[in-house]
Amino acid sequence: MPSAEPNAMTSDMALVTAIRSGDQGAMKALYDRYSSIVYSVALRVLQDTGAAEDVLQDIFMQFWRNPGAFDASRGNMAAWLAVIARNRAIDALRRRRPEDDIEDVAVSVEHDLVGEAERSRTMDKVRGALQAMPAAQRSVLEMAYFEGLSHSEIAGKTGEPLGTVKTRIRAGLLLLRKVLAA
Amino acid sequence: MNVHEQFAEDLALYALGALDDAERQKLEEHLEACASCRRELELLRGDLSLLALTTAGPKPPVRAQQRLISAIAAEPRLPVGAPAPERRQRSWWTASGWSALGWAVAVALVLVGIGLLWQNSTLHQNLASLRAQLADQGSKLEQANQTVATLLDPEAIKIELVAVGNKPQPRGKAIYQRRNRNLIFFASNLPPLPAEKIYELWLFPANGGAPIAAGLFKPDARGSATVVNPPLPEAVEAKNFAVTLEPESGSHESPRGTPVIVGVGE
Repeated sequence: MPSAEPNAMTSDMALVTAIRSGDQGAMKALYDRYSSIVYSVALRVLQDTGAAEDVLQDIFMQFWRNPGAFDASRGNMAAWLAVIARNRAIDALRRRRPEDDIEDVAVSVEHDLVGEAERSRTMDKVRGALQAMPAAQRSVLEMAYFEGLSHSEIAGKTGEPLGTVKTRIRAGLLLLRKVLAA
Repeated sequence: MNVHEQFAEDLALYALGALDDAERQKLEEHLEACASCRRELELLRGDLSLLALTTAGPKPPVRAQQRLISAIAAEPRLPVGAPAPERRQRSWWTASGWSALGWAVAVALVLVGIGLLWQNSTLHQNLASLRAQLADQGSKLEQANQTVATLLDPEAIKIELVAVGNKPQPRGKAIYQRRNRNLIFFASNLPPLPAEKIYELWLFPANGGAPIAAGLFKPDARGSATVVNPPLPEAVEAKNFAVTLEPESGSHESPRGTPVIVGVGE
């Protein structure tokens, strides 16, 4: 029996619980809340609206089939879906089979991303950190994250030594964490 | 640098999927045994998720939501995670022994046995009745399937009959049932499609909301086409339907092309 119509105040966990009971209305509410995140990430990676829609559909259908895959004790729904969207989009970009099930992805975020306002504040910090990075470091990080290139492929593309590429990626991520912790 | 620190160096690359195969395999073996690295990997994925979230902005088209709603409606699920009913409950008297209640239980068992025999006979009668109903429904379903198959068969001939002397005009007929979101649409005498164009059916909601895409289609050589049960949102009252000519590769979020036929809801 579907529960009362979910609204913007219904928590993610309440929606997940309702979805576990087969509540299609809760699934729609979750989609309305997070489809933009999943679609944006997939579109950034794939640069193709049709392919991004396919990733969006695939992820939400997997979640419908297996809502237990999201472990609230280990992560935040927005962050978890963003990581899965990125991984699936990279798989689609490289035309390879998905490497991991959605339940295998554990994501830990120590920032409050539940509300749109909180997400927006954190995103401003992240964008600021990216802008503050040296262009070469930002470019390497984006090539790895949004193009799914391996460190040796990046080294081949930029002409930089493998060690430099590795160092730039790691330093970029550490810088990001430092800015967020401040 | 100890072994653990060496792996920690590669965790960022692993979280990005940027390690080569051999390095990835080696790290995964280490991850199985190292809780500290697993925790660091979760944190790195968290950092990377923030990178992903910076892309936020574009919203998916409305049709993507309709597509998902149709897909989940086609895969209804029974509740999961609910505690399974306990199959057998331990009764208080099993501990105190059979002897005290032996005769009473024996009599009860005989009565239960008689009841079961009677119930068995009733169930047989019900089963025969259900089989007859099932056969009847199977026959009706077969008729319905044949009707739909005829409607959708591209080789089926569809001919519009008009008053003698009248030139056939493009026509359409939409039959829409709001409660179950069922829509059947027939078109006839549609002009042949220009290159890279396609016809699109639109539902205009009675509340004045934005038109809802209700299916792309190409007519056959005679200009006939049928659209059956396209994905539609729930409980939309229809005021009108229309068919427009749209670019084949367009986004189809709202009618942009030339209206070809327009109707008024009945």
